[in-house]
Amino acid sequence: MSKAAVDVPMKGGFSFDLCRRNEMLVKKGLQSPSFLKTGTTIVGLIFQDGVILGADTRATEGPIVADKNCEKIHFMAPNIYCCGAGTAADTEAVTDMVSSQLQLHRYHTDRESRVVTALTLLKSHLFSYQGHVSAALVLGGVDVTGPHLHTIYPHGSTDTLPFATMGSGSLAAMSVFESKYREGLTRDEGVKLVTEAICSGIFNDLGSGSNVDVCVITKGQTEYLRNHQLPNPRTYINERGYSFPKKTEVLLTRITPLKQMVEVTEAGDAMEE
Amino acid sequence: MNSQQIYYIFDLCKSPNLSLSLSFITMAKQHARWSPYDNNGGTCVAIAGADYCVIAADTRMSTGYSILSRDYSKICKLADKCMMASSGFQADVRALQKVLAARHLIYQHQHNKQMSCPAMGQLLSNTLYYKRFFPYYAFNVLGGLDNEGKGCVFTYDAVGSYERVGYSSQGSGSTLIMPFLDNQLKSPSPLLLPAQDAVTPLSESEAVDLVKTCFASATERDIYTGDRLEIVILNADGVRREEMELRKD
Repeated sequence: MSKAAVDVPMKGGFSFDLCRRNEMLVKKGLQSPSFLKTGTTIVGLIFQDGVILGADTRATEGPIVADKNCEKIHFMAPNIYCCGAGTAADTEAVTDMVSSQLQLHRYHTDRESRVVTALTLLKSHLFSYQGHVSAALVLGGVDVTGPHLHTIYPHGSTDTLPFATMGSGSLAAMSVFESKYREGLTRDEGVKLVTEAICSGIFNDLGSGSNVDVCVITKGQTEYLRNHQLPNPRTYINERGYSFPKKTEVLLTRITPLKQMVEVTEAGDAMEE
Repeated sequence: MNSQQIYYIFDLCKSPNLSLSLSFITMAKQHARWSPYDNNGGTCVAIAGADYCVIAADTRMSTGYSILSRDYSKICKLADKCMMASSGFQADVRALQKVLAARHLIYQHQHNKQMSCPAMGQLLSNTLYYKRFFPYYAFNVLGGLDNEGKGCVFTYDAVGSYERVGYSSQGSGSTLIMPFLDNQLKSPSPLLLPAQDAVTPLSESEAVDLVKTCFASATERDIYTGDRLEIVILNADGVRREEMELRKD
């Protein structure tokens, strides 16, 4: 009976099976592997008709750029999007998971998702993991109660703001917002301000870089402007090109079917035990 | 003795001031030790040819996730035919450059001539090893022309181990650039007998283009390399400088 209980896979949540082993290995001097961090600039603001979100597209692993054009504005619901900073796996997993819960909730209620619902689901998940799920988010959307913008910290605390920034470039971006944001911006003014804030992160924060993604959410309509601006083209290409020495030469090609060389026993419970 | 002193102070008077200084003593253990070193990033490359030498470095100086300067030269002229490009901790690099300049001035007064590049190479090694147990956090490549007018490159670690090579790369982007240079400019083993020239078969303009490609590519993937590329070319005609813009993100 006890064996059956063990064999059943766990329903949701994380597996902590290897924690004890890993702790032992770390004590013996093994350093645990690093994670893909999106040292990021993500921003959002409320304008006269809705919400605009923005993000850069660089993902780093220490000093190395792991992805030059990644997507940091995640889909939550048709009327809600979410920018993610922190460990890439965590931001992606947590937004996917909540997005799925929102979809089920929509099937259940046959109503458009509300931003507060997403907010509550995200923060309760993050709080329950006490900051170990390192996702710093900017959540924005327009629902039946109007436009909403929130920031969510990895420990689960949240803010409700007219304009917000997150990630390693948050200070650079906030300096732009603090000097230029005002209430009742038009769509074009909003997109321009968001782009400027992201560019400020791209050029002044080494954790952020490459291109600008923007997402404009208004009542009943969402515009995802992928690579809205590409301010960092390649600076030099050699016209002569380069030749590379030939790789190891193939001297002989012969295919021998394994079946002819061994005796194959069909059927039988080879995997038992 | 030390603990006695502390008790003595404690007994002497129980003013809040003293208890504060005591708590400072215990606090010191809690804090991470301050480090005299920083890493300001940056990448250096040097390539030696038959009658020229190319020395190049980016001009970004940074710390952590911040850019300190987009226009800081890492290349320093040590003698008429000798240039040093250095990455690492720029405060240490400056101190090192000052020491070398002073030593070179003394040399000029004593010998009435400029130091040759191989001599400067040895001097740099000695200067680095002199601080073996509190090193200059500097990663240097020395490029220049030797007494026959042939290109020469010396590559160093922080404590003075050095080698004459045909090409080299140092700094934050070196791990990205070095394999590419190895592939394009495969040099003969230094153990071969009789010794073979390590200089590259490339023409001067080809070498400059190769350096530009190296830096454009390293800037794509290394966050500490960027802003502007500074190239110095040494040949029989003298010194020539070139520049190229790099990504600024």
